[in-house]
Amino acid sequence: MQIEPREHMSAWRVGFAPVFAVFATLAICAVLIVWAGAPVIESYQLLFKGAVGSRFALNETITRSIPLIFTGLAVAVAFKAKFYNIGAEGQLYCGALAATYFGSGLVTLPPVLMIPFLMLVGAIAGGVILILPVLLKTHMKVDEVVTTLLLNFIILLFVSYLLEGPWKDPMSMGWPQAKSVIDEGILPPLFAKGRLHMGLYFALGAAFLVWALMRFTIWGYEIKAAGLNAIAAAFSGINVNKTIIRTAMISGGLAGMAGVSEVAGLKGYLTLDLSPGFGYTGIAVAMLARLHPLAVVPAALFLSGIYVGSGSMSRAVNIPAYISDVIVGMSVLAILVAVMFSQYRIKWRS
Amino acid sequence: MLELFEILLTTGFWAATIRIASPLIFGTLGELICERAGVLNLGIEGIMTIGAMAGWMWVYQGGDLWGGVMFAASVGAIFGLLHSIFTVYLGLSQHVTGIGITLFGSSLSYFVYRMLLPSASTPPKITAFQTYKIPYLSDIPIAGEALFSQTPMTYLAFLTVPVVWYILQRTPVGLAVRMAGENPVAVEAQGIDVLAIRTGAVVVGSALMAIGGAFITMSAFDAFFFGMINGRGWICVALVIFASWRPGKALMGAMLFAGLEAFQVRAQQISGAAIIPYQFYLMLPYVLSIIAMIIMARKAKYPQALLVPFRRGERV
Amino acid sequence: MPVLELSHITKRFGALVANDDISLSLEEGEVLALLGENGAGKTTLMNILFGHYVADEGEIRIAGERLVPGQPEAAIAAGIGMVHQHFTLADNLSVLENIILGTQSLWSLKSNMTQARAKLVQMSEEFGLIADPDAEVGTLSVGEKQRVEILKALYRDAKILILDEPTAVLTPQESDDLFVTLKSLTAKGLAIIFISHKLHEILANADRVAVLRRGAIVATVDVKDADRNSLAETMVGEKVVRPKLTAFSPGKPVLTLNQICVAGPSAEPLLKDIDMSVREHEILGIAGVAGNGQSVLADLLSGLVDAEAGWVELLGEKMQKFSAAQIIEKGVGRIPENRNTTGVIGEMAIWENVISESLRSENISKFNSIISKPNAIKQAELLIKQFDVRCDGPLAQTGLLSGGNIQKLILARALSAEPKFILANQPVRGLDEGAIAYVQTQLLAARERGAGILLISEDLDELLSFCDRVAVMCDGHLSPSFEIGSKTIAEIGLMMAGDFIQEQRSMANAN
Repeated sequence: MQIEPREHMSAWRVGFAPVFAVFATLAICAVLIVWAGAPVIESYQLLFKGAVGSRFALNETITRSIPLIFTGLAVAVAFKAKFYNIGAEGQLYCGALAATYFGSGLVTLPPVLMIPFLMLVGAIAGGVILILPVLLKTHMKVDEVVTTLLLNFIILLFVSYLLEGPWKDPMSMGWPQAKSVIDEGILPPLFAKGRLHMGLYFALGAAFLVWALMRFTIWGYEIKAAGLNAIAAAFSGINVNKTIIRTAMISGGLAGMAGVSEVAGLKGYLTLDLSPGFGYTGIAVAMLARLHPLAVVPAALFLSGIYVGSGSMSRAVNIPAYISDVIVGMSVLAILVAVMFSQYRIKWRS
Repeated sequence: MLELFEILLTTGFWAATIRIASPLIFGTLGELICERAGVLNLGIEGIMTIGAMAGWMWVYQGGDLWGGVMFAASVGAIFGLLHSIFTVYLGLSQHVTGIGITLFGSSLSYFVYRMLLPSASTPPKITAFQTYKIPYLSDIPIAGEALFSQTPMTYLAFLTVPVVWYILQRTPVGLAVRMAGENPVAVEAQGIDVLAIRTGAVVVGSALMAIGGAFITMSAFDAFFFGMINGRGWICVALVIFASWRPGKALMGAMLFAGLEAFQVRAQQISGAAIIPYQFYLMLPYVLSIIAMIIMARKAKYPQALLVPFRRGERV
Repeated sequence: MPVLELSHITKRFGALVANDDISLSLEEGEVLALLGENGAGKTTLMNILFGHYVADEGEIRIAGERLVPGQPEAAIAAGIGMVHQHFTLADNLSVLENIILGTQSLWSLKSNMTQARAKLVQMSEEFGLIADPDAEVGTLSVGEKQRVEILKALYRDAKILILDEPTAVLTPQESDDLFVTLKSLTAKGLAIIFISHKLHEILANADRVAVLRRGAIVATVDVKDADRNSLAETMVGEKVVRPKLTAFSPGKPVLTLNQICVAGPSAEPLLKDIDMSVREHEILGIAGVAGNGQSVLADLLSGLVDAEAGWVELLGEKMQKFSAAQIIEKGVGRIPENRNTTGVIGEMAIWENVISESLRSENISKFNSIISKPNAIKQAELLIKQFDVRCDGPLAQTGLLSGGNIQKLILARALSAEPKFILANQPVRGLDEGAIAYVQTQLLAARERGAGILLISEDLDELLSFCDRVAVMCDGHLSPSFEIGSKTIAEIGLMMAGDFIQEQRSMANAN
């Protein structure tokens, strides 16, 4: 067996790689559905209906895609520079901490200023927590995957400490949750019914801005160059370390905004179960989007749909809800292979 | 202060250290074997989870304990094979593949657990490995009681260290593994299949990781909880760097970590220690892992071909 | 019966035919040279023979027996040994470990180190190839590593030894020693194939020479019937005239290095007290065996590593530390050693590589942040035309270009701003004659314009025919420069082996 690069990369093969990956994932996960004794087609129909089949479902799917757009962007930008930030989960909580700290009474501004202010401090908090891993990578060659992962645990424990200790809301009847964000800081709902909130605009705006950054600016060029070939980038005068640090700040910032959006948009206050792994799912989102900032939006909608839809599917046909996590994990592997086969082909030896 | 010091003199502390070290030893050795062959295996967290579930489930379904260990190892090996198809044969990003394996492996474990035990609200228990006192040796005060009054899986963990060392350093296949991590072309030029060597290393390494996971549900505890691996896999990855890719140092690293962990559990119970919230004690292993990597970073002598895929017949 | 017979070997890499219907045979005790330009297909052919690649057509017979294709283990078992150009050794392991890998069943419970050590010691005495079995390979010199490679082949009882460009990394004296060793091996009945593009060493050491051009064998001649000119012509095909130096009186220095030291990972510095100056209208060549500090010197002047001591004066400005960006801004043109991995980013488009050194120039970007793609494409189109880069336009992916065209692209980027100082590190290595002539013409035009050029090369012939002055590097030291013609090849060879370092030391002591 031999793997050789394709001479001509056809656009449809590259463009449809994620679609193939999605179908492959659903096909493989069908085995689990069969095992659970449920009819495959019907189960997937239920999943689809549960995700987009009603106004309520659609509203819910879009709502849950908001943090995924942020974390997907965070991962996409970082991976472009080959900075493997797996700590979006922790950075999300840092953003949430900042939103809680500044938003629950410390600062009061009119909503027009308060909301952007919270987004900003959340982004800064998400970026700041990445300073240690990124400096360790650029200056001491410590693998960032392990440090960012370990920081996730540390941050979560720190949040737990705050929620059970100094930040515990005395009105919470014993639940470990923080004080609510003041009304000026709450992201207003977009519709009278459903939970969809203004965070969506911020997420879409972020996707557009990141796309413009990557496409039109010197920073974007430098991020791409540093990721594709750090040696050549350094040779042509790009400060690779600086670029990676800058990328990390952008990435952490985006993940931090996910936390702000969840606290100020969805719940109103910080809890320990704020994120059911949005940071990790962001990796799948970014990979499915092939690290393209605009493609992050549909990828996030898709995976959010899987989460929302699988809830109703699992209730209806009695399949453990963990199927959605399996689909997410599987899709990361499937997209890797699909993208590879859009660029390489296997030549079997005669 | 004196109270803290007294902890070090108790048998319980040393016994706990050794018990806590055991899964870390399996995991670290497993990761070490993979990396020595040139493959970073970030699937470790997921593979440990699946090992923990598989071994436990085997016993819960009526299998015997050692059969459970073997079953966990086999499932781990299959995931190792998956990882090596992606990274060794297809040459895909080792970072992303590993994360993918972890996401897939953990979620699949939970899925399977729920499938087989749909209605269990409190985690059911199995009869786990019991302590086996090694005659005579376990009668030695403190050290003997701590070292030789453990479960068979712990003895297995400590036995694995010299075995892995011997295989890597003293056998032809070990030499081939080390060479594959240093210069894969050299391996091929001597007529050995690099891809097979790397795959073998990842499969064996992953099996060890899974045994490490199984230790947690079959020896340390007797039930399977969600999220019970809790970052131990990542700690093992850090320990490999801390150990400079050497089995003996991996043992020392695991013991050091386990010692601190056992110490903090006991220190918390001392009067006055409650000033520091328990979360900070729990942070310790993660913080220490980062510190360990910082300390070793400058000295680290990475396998030269770590992360570098090898493709046969590719034009260079 | 010949010991080795290649018949009708054809190998394609995509559209490129690397080997085209090649047939060759080799007799016992014979030394066959494979001569050809870079890219003629010599290494590919040997890689097929050794089983690294599988030929698309044709077969190989060893002493009449068909060789299983694509399996180095089969080639080794059949008695083929290969000394790769890039050594296949693991630096972190010992000599003995490197040699015994693969000599035993993988499933043996114990490596038989004692036996292996005895065999190795006995062999090194027998063949006069001295090597310490316990030395870590990373600590050996290049010549010693090559010896380990040869021992590795002999340890597996090779009857046919292939050497890929064995002298590329050796001093002239070390090369002579190597050929003495090879003679003694053929006397013992080994057959040898060595790849080379150096005519003189083929004429002096081979029995027969096969000439490859564009993947096909164009001639196989007995060396006693061959001469330098006819071989050169057969190799290149048509006569390509390389540009000649015209006399210029050098102007004022554009680059001066004073007592430059660069620290390395170990206690030994990588560059030691380098003094040097390059003047306008002048090409200064740096000779030396690979790995003696040339790449560190190039990295220093490219702004990639910092000097620990000493200073650099570039175009009238004294500097101690400078980044790549600063060096580029000063108007230095740089041609890197490795065009594919350092010179360009293969996955990016041509226009993107064209602007990589001038991202923040007014023409390319606005407000120091937004890249003007139309302007960049215009610039790329201009340079593509001016430097005759053969491609599908500025939007094409750079990695798909041939080596010669990538080099032209790098030249275009480096020379278009008419730099006063040019650093050219191995600018013609691996190119075919046409591209070599093109690169050299461009460099000479720059020299004529008044640029000072520092040319680093491992090819002494290239330096002697293309430079005004040459200095030699060895072990991080740089010799004083000398005019071309003032020293013989043998004298330069001794300098490459480090003779001048002693002289410098005693001079320093005397002062």
